[in-house]
Amino acid sequence: MEKNYDNEMKIEFISNPNNEAFARISVASFVASLDPTIEEISDIKTAVSEAVTNSIIHGYENTRGLVKIKARIIHNTIELEVIDNGKGIEDIERAKEALYTTKPELERSGMGFTIMESFMDEMQVKSTVGEGTTVFMKKIIKN
Amino acid sequence: MNITYDKENRLLKFEMTEEIDHCMAEKIRSKADFEIQEHTPKKVLMDFENVSFMDSAGIGMILGRYKTAKMVGSTLNITNVKPRIKKVLEMSGVLKIIPIVEE
Repeated sequence: MEKNYDNEMKIEFISNPNNEAFARISVASFVASLDPTIEEISDIKTAVSEAVTNSIIHGYENTRGLVKIKARIIHNTIELEVIDNGKGIEDIERAKEALYTTKPELERSGMGFTIMESFMDEMQVKSTVGEGTTVFMKKIIKN
Repeated sequence: MNITYDKENRLLKFEMTEEIDHCMAEKIRSKADFEIQEHTPKKVLMDFENVSFMDSAGIGMILGRYKTAKMVGSTLNITNVKPRIKKVLEMSGVLKIIPIVEE
């Protein structure tokens, strides 16, 4: 009998940097049922960390806001959405350029989107200035 | 983060934390800069033995400390990097400036 791993979860937390670790661990725990390799978990945690950090540093920029993560497991695929209602991205294509950052003073490397794109199988960004940003990511867990 | 200074060899060593994300990088930044400016070592070595997670915030942190070290005339290297951490480092090209050394 084929096991049905389909599952869904949603978490929401305030834009406190201490929640970056909480977000990683939460998503990693949720994906555990797919029995991913250490490398797959590491890739997912890193991508989540990048997206959440972007929401905190860029989306909310020191203001207090909510970051939401929705996760879905469909067969052996993990789908993630990292959502904020922050200031939004003016030029998404520019933001996705490797090494481009609007916050060099925070020692940001501008590699966030590059890492998300490399570590996940699919990544899309939707954003509206003044309303917020959603990052969609997908990864197939090979088993 | 454990910090040791070998006065004889003028080697300042940082034992990096288990996780290096934006939150941790902020905490490491000022502490590490203070130690580098305080001791003005010949060499700075970041030991990644205990590091099991790092995202791009770690890249910015390493580059920032490299600049601080350079300002006081010190070299900076990294060592004991796990494969999944190396993956993130390679993506940024930082290894071309700061190669991984054997401890």
